Parts: sequence; C-alpha cells; structure tokens
Amino acid sequence: TFSASAAKNPTSLTAVCYTPTRHLFLIISQSLLMNQMQRILSARRLSHSIIPQSCFLHRRWFATSETDASSPPLMLRRPQKIQTLEDKASNKSRSTASTTSSLNEQELAKFSAIADTWWHSEGPFKPLHLMNPTRLAFIRSTLCRHFSKDPSSARPFEGLRLIDVGCGGGLLSEPLARMGATVTGIDAVDKNVKIARLHADMDPMTSKIEYQCTTAEKLVDEGRTFDAVLALEVIEHVANPAEFCNSLSALTIPNGATILSTINRSMRAYASAIVAAEYILQWLPKGTHEWSSFLTTEELTMILQRASIDVKEMAGFVYNPITGRWLLSDDISVNFIAYGTKKE
Amino acid sequence: MNRVLARQLRTNVCGSKHIFQRACSTHVTRKVSSTAGSNESNANSTGDSPQHDIAIVGGGMVGIALAASLASKPLTKHLNVAIIDNNPLLGRKNIIEKGHLPDPRVSTVTPATISFLKDIGAWKYIEEQRHAYFDKMQVWDYTGLGYTRYNAKDVDQDILGCVVENKVLQSSQLSCVQESDLQKTIYPARLNSMDMLPSSSLTGLGEVPSTADLFMRGRLAKLELSDGNNVYAKLVVGADGSKSRVRELAGIKTTGWNYSQNAIICTVEHTVENFTAWQRFLPNGPIALLPVGDKFSNIVWTMDPTEASDRRSMSEDDFIKAVNDALDYGYGPHPEITSSGGSSLSWLTGDVNISAKERFETPPKVVKLSSERMMFPLSLRHAKDYVSNRVALVGDSAHTVHPLAGQGVNLGFADASALSRAIAEGIALGTDIGEVRMLAWILTL
Repeated sequence: TFSASAAKNPTSLTAVCYTPTRHLFLIISQSLLMNQMQRILSARRLSHSIIPQSCFLHRRWFATSETDASSPPLMLRRPQKIQTLEDKASNKSRSTASTTSSLNEQELAKFSAIADTWWHSEGPFKPLHLMNPTRLAFIRSTLCRHFSKDPSSARPFEGLRLIDVGCGGGLLSEPLARMGATVTGIDAVDKNVKIARLHADMDPMTSKIEYQCTTAEKLVDEGRTFDAVLALEVIEHVANPAEFCNSLSALTIPNGATILSTINRSMRAYASAIVAAEYILQWLPKGTHEWSSFLTTEELTMILQRASIDVKEMAGFVYNPITGRWLLSDDISVNFIAYGTKKE
Repeated sequence: MNRVLARQLRTNVCGSKHIFQRACSTHVTRKVSSTAGSNESNANSTGDSPQHDIAIVGGGMVGIALAASLASKPLTKHLNVAIIDNNPLLGRKNIIEKGHLPDPRVSTVTPATISFLKDIGAWKYIEEQRHAYFDKMQVWDYTGLGYTRYNAKDVDQDILGCVVENKVLQSSQLSCVQESDLQKTIYPARLNSMDMLPSSSLTGLGEVPSTADLFMRGRLAKLELSDGNNVYAKLVVGADGSKSRVRELAGIKTTGWNYSQNAIICTVEHTVENFTAWQRFLPNGPIALLPVGDKFSNIVWTMDPTEASDRRSMSEDDFIKAVNDALDYGYGPHPEITSSGGSSLSWLTGDVNISAKERFETPPKVVKLSSERMMFPLSLRHAKDYVSNRVALVGDSAHTVHPLAGQGVNLGFADASALSRAIAEGIALGTDIGEVRMLAWILTL
C-alpha cells in the first residue's frame, strides 16, 4: 500500500512552505497582505532549497523529458500525470533493477544548476538557512539525551559517528561536525557532494567530514553502520519509504538513533500547500503537489516500527510569517521531525 | 586608569588622544595559553599570524564585559579571544588601593546590569570595592513648578541602582577574565586596518588551509595592529567607543548629532552620607548629584560649552558655591506644591507611586571638591547596523547616548550579554561564529 503512495513527486516538497498561508488566512488584513506575500514568497523558496537534499528521486509518474535544467528554481514545472503503459513498464523494470537507487536524471541536472547557491545565507536558500537552527536544536537535544552527552558542552557529539543522508551542500553536516561528531554526508547528486566538500574544507572544524556521492542502500551493502542516522526532508522523495526506512535502520547500530523529518499528510497541509498556494493565491501551477504522497505521522511511525525503529519523540516545525522564523512546536500537522531508536 | 579616562573622554579628541599616546607603552603583555579545549585555534597559523575565534577591539568596560561573559559560559569558555587595546594596565592584575578618593568617572548601573555582573562573577569583586547603592531619586526643575520622587519600595525592590567607579567595574571584570579558562591574548596596540574578503568559497583549494588561505576565502578577518602584528579572527567585535575604528573600517554608517552641550564631572564631598540620586533640570541642562559611597558624591553637570569652560576654570570655592546654588535656590524657587502628577493621573496609573506624595527635599550641601573637574562634549550617535560581515558592534561604538538618563554603559553591558548569549547559541547549533547575521537571527529566537 505504501508503494502506491510512494510514487513521489519531488516538487511536492514545496508544501513545506505553505504553513505561512494558513496564518495568512487568519490575518485577513489588507494592509498586511502585501507584506505577508513577500515573506511567504521568500519562504516558498525553501522548497527548492530542500529539493536538492533528496537523493532518492524516483519520478516514476513523469515522462522523462520534462525537466529543464536551466529553468530557474522558482519556476516549478507542472508535473504531467500522464502515465503510459510503457512508462509503467519501464518504471517497473527500473525500480526492480534499482533497489540500490534509481535517480531521475533531469532532477539531478536541475539541482546541479542551483547547487552553487547552497551556501549563500542571504541567497535563494535563505529560508533553509533560517530553518536549519530549529532542526539542529531538536537534533542536538534529542541526541544529547539519547547518548547521555552534556548539552552544555561545546562539542557534545565527540566520538559519535553520524550520517547525514541527503546532505545537499552540507548545511546540516557542517554544524554537526562543529558539535564534535564524526560526520559522513551522502548525496546522490555529485555536484552537491562536491560543493559540500569544497565548503567543508574551508574550515578546519568541518574539513574532516566524509562526503560521498552514494546512496543509503549502497552503504548498507558495504556494511557501514553509524551511531545516529539522519534523513531530513528526504523520505518524501523516495520511491519506497518502507525500503528506505529499512536501509536507515540497517545503517543504525543497535540502540542507535534515527531522525527523520518530512511533511504530514494532514488537512492543514492540504489546505496550506494545495488549496491556498495553488488555487487561491496561484503561486504554483495547479497540480504541483501530490498530497497523497506525504506520509502521516502514524504511517511513518508504523513503517519505522516495521524497520525495527521505535519512534520516541516527534515535534513540529511552525513557520511564523510575521517574524519569518521557524519554531519547534507540538503542532505536528504540517512539518514534523521524528526521533526513534533502533531495537537491539 | 588612563584607558578609562580615555574612554570617558572619548569624544574629547585633544584630551584623550594625548592620554592615549602616553598610555601606549612598549611593554608587551602577551599571554598565550593553549589548552586542549580548542583544537583549531592557533593550530593553522602560518608564521607570525595568530588566529583567534574572537577579536575584541577595545578593552574598556564593555569589551572586557564581553570577554568575562564568554569566559563564564560553558559553551564559550573554550574560545580563543584576542583583546586589542593599548592600555598597558590591561594585562596586569589591577589592584585599586583602599582609601583612594573616588574617581570622577563613575557609572550608575541598573539592577539588570547588576544581575549580569553577578552572572559573570564580577559583582563579588565590585562589592569588595567602593560602591554606593541608592534607593531614592528626586528629580525637579528650576521653575519650581513641580518635582517627582522615586523610591525602590514603590516597585518592591531594595535598590534603584548602584553607582560604581568605572575603573572598579573594569578591573573586577578583568579579574574574572584572568581567573577563567578563557584563552586570551592581550595585544597592547591600536587597530590600524581591518580586511575581510567576501566568502569566495569555491576557488583555489589547498589540502590543509592555512590562516592566509582561510582569510583569502573570507573565513577570517585580518586585523593589522599599530605594533606591526597581524591578527586573524572569525569574529571582530568593535567595543572601541563612540569614535569606533572598527565601525569606520567596517563601513557602518551612523546617524546622530552633537549636542551643543558639555558635561563637567567631578567628585565632591558632603558632611553627611548621601543615599539619594538627585537631578535638577536647569535652563542649560541637568545637574546630577549621585552618591558614590562614604561622604562622597559625583557631579555630572550639563551646560553650554562656554559656561562649562568657565565653571571648569573658576576657583574651587566659586565652583562649590555654584554647585550648591544649582542644587538649591539658584535659577528659581523650590517647588512649593506636592507633585500633582499622582492625583491628576491616578485614574490611569492606579496611584502606585506612593513616593510621589513625599515632601520635596533639598540635597545635602557640597563642602569640598575632591577631584579635578573634567569636561567632555556630548553627542548622540547611532550605528545604522550593529552587525556586518564578521563584525559586531557593542556599547558606545553602536550607540552613544546623552548621560542624563544614566543608560550608556548599561546598554553596553546588555550588548555584551546579548552577544555572548548569541555566540553560545551559535556554538550550540554548530554555526560558524563569524556568521554574525546568523547570530543576530539566533538572538531574536
């Protein structure tokens, strides 16, 4: 049943940014509207900033010649939901042949085109740079608790081996390395890995990060294991979340920690990501989002459970359009992050 | 002490420049300690270019407060900090002999500042020195139309503030820094120039980047000092006063103006001890009488520049007479009526200000001048931005204000507190601490 909902549209990630619209409707004030539009439009770019992190892109539903690498990041293409029998057949063969990981080449090309801007904190990925501390705060506090590390230490993760699956430009890997961890970052996009490498080498604190252009599945085959496995905003891009979780589980040592974040398949996410953004405000072409492809918290908990990972904690990320900031909250109805432990 | 003097007189170019030059000695007090805490600092230095996490330019009250605050936090105490200041006293243990006459350069610290100083461990040193808590204030003006009184009890506090000599504030914090594990290097020099390149990440990669490499890639700021040393740091903090060189070199613009007023400061003596802060508004500016402990008080008298020069050069007896006059019947009568503010606005304020109904009092008479009279011009200056690429401004370099409300250095301490908190948060979240905009963002969380 998961494979049915697993046909992922990478662009569906744009939903990440639509939390603001929810707030927008709460504040139906003409005077605020323009201001909010600005903020939300900039927040929208978040989606693109996250996309390159995905390293498991299976766009089996789409024709393969659609994406244009030179298209600017904000111009999301409208997915064509036309599926021919041939496509189906070829997809089938591809997916069976590719338990390793089959990637959509056009998507890779698109990401490479925008990868250069990864590290401009005032650039198009600014919203992601802004969201990053919020994610890191959650990761830091949960891993400190899990591994009984001193949270008041400058380098609490000293001695821990962490893997950042879908590392992108290294936005998560570098802070983790500064916190003392031995970090491996993997991404299926070669250019991302190169950028991450170049950037990490500029600071002695991060130059020891191991970056690889590979996939979780390949590392499982190599028999690699880690104390903690992180896959943020990745699972919504994978063809088979259950298999993906199995790989994450296999990479985690017994009693190790696994952290995932994604978008909930809730009415709120639907309202903000699809109704508001596509139909009312028309920021995106209609049909951009594949709401059905999101996982609910319950579904994610279940597939992690099946992969021998007990979910211990969940938290939501809420975007405040007034301050332009992301905050951790109990509200897991749109964006959420989950922390679990691997069973012995 | 010269340094403190220089800070206080920072806007007085002639006076302070002269003192600066004199204070710039060739005696180099450099302490480089390297503990295992920071595995990178100084590790990659090539040749004679030391690399620090943070370079604080200006070792005055606010700059030292930042260092002391960093030293007191578990997340930041491992940092490698450079303090760049040409005051030769900075490197030594400052012992202020007991029984000295109070210095005219004093600060009124607020309860918020006191709690900050307690947090960083400096307050215990201050309590060993002369300091004067006050719990009452009286403010009135020369027209005799009204006055107001404040009492700490009105707001369920024990004190309204505490007057401390600047050199006591500074040396107490310096003691904290010296006793801490913070890796600190004091460079007794002035800042000549500052360079930082834009973050040009992706070109010319070496295998193990040297300090120069890191500078070339915009990961470090380079400071050239007056003694010929080059210092590299991830973050440069401008704590160098209202004429901040760091602010100038960073190209941060300011807005503001000069008040056509000078302030005269001095220490005076009474026959009884003073426990109240007094302030009277005169036609040309306010005069304040602040308790500094024992039977001493501090005078801050604002007036127009020509009047100020006259009052500074007049005989001591005439000056004391002028002060007593200004605090009593000079320029106008005592307020006759009890303050009406309470009654007419009581429906608004809930009549909480019980002290407003207290009788007007006359300040204690000044009997003796106990220090030289110092004069400095007043101005307002506000930096348009407190941060730029790898630069943060604190204290007077970010905002210079009129002394009448006694807020100047309190704002500076608040800056030091906020910046050290942001740096700690940044380290907790694995940020490059030179990414000041990220720190600024974290600060507002």
